[in-house]
Amino acid sequence: MKFRYSKDDILRKPSDVAPLNVTVSTPAQKRRSLWLVFCCTLFGAAAQILIKTGANTFAPNPTVAEMIGRIFTHLPLFTGYAFYGISTVMLVVALRHGELSLLYPVIALTFVWVTVLSVMVFHDSMNPLKLLGITIIVGGVAILGRGSHTA
Amino acid sequence: MTTPFSSMAWVMSGSFIGSFGAVFLKAGAKRLQREGLIRSAVTNWRLAAGVFAYLVSAIFFLFGVRNGELSVLYPLVAFGYVWTMFWSRLFFGEPLTRTKFVALGLILVGIAVLGLGNE
Repeated sequence: MKFRYSKDDILRKPSDVAPLNVTVSTPAQKRRSLWLVFCCTLFGAAAQILIKTGANTFAPNPTVAEMIGRIFTHLPLFTGYAFYGISTVMLVVALRHGELSLLYPVIALTFVWVTVLSVMVFHDSMNPLKLLGITIIVGGVAILGRGSHTA
Repeated sequence: MTTPFSSMAWVMSGSFIGSFGAVFLKAGAKRLQREGLIRSAVTNWRLAAGVFAYLVSAIFFLFGVRNGELSVLYPLVAFGYVWTMFWSRLFFGEPLTRTKFVALGLILVGIAVLGLGNE
């Protein structure tokens, strides 16, 4: 006699569907996670610059209502906060695979991009200390990147 | 210019709260399901808690960086990475390797130097 459903099909509840991360992540998935966090820092830095650009257009001593209203009417501010949203979604997708202790410090790259973008956009001065700081941060992140291949 | 203790307290608390944001996002991300991805994301209280922790920490940072020296406050922001590393070990059983400590140490020093350059 042929059963239309197997016993396993009937017993399987939606909660039994395997989570994405139930198996050990493959090296390719870990690498993808690392790149996603990298992209996440680019969006995060762009968000900060856009929000700063938007905040510079505020009247002196704005009220909270004016500030919130401006988020929806001023394109740079709106885009900035939207970028924050995108970077958060990317971070969540990235965190599905790989180790938090390895991926999370990569977010420090945001400091690097913000410094570079501030020089380009707001004509902030670049000085030896900033350059040294950026170099050390990139060095630290590079070590994490290499570690993710061996870990 | 000196950094008032209140600024340091705001930033330290902010980085502490933010480190839990990372933990909740990781815990939530692990529970995403392939079937019904959107539903499993929207109904995921861990992801919501993670985003909330980030928002709260952002407000704390905002209060913290109004006064004080960035060379002091920047490393305190980055101290959240140290917390996150310990939570990774505690909650997810991730190994803490020498590579991670060296990399984290470099990142903290780099951020401190960057803070000096920004003054």
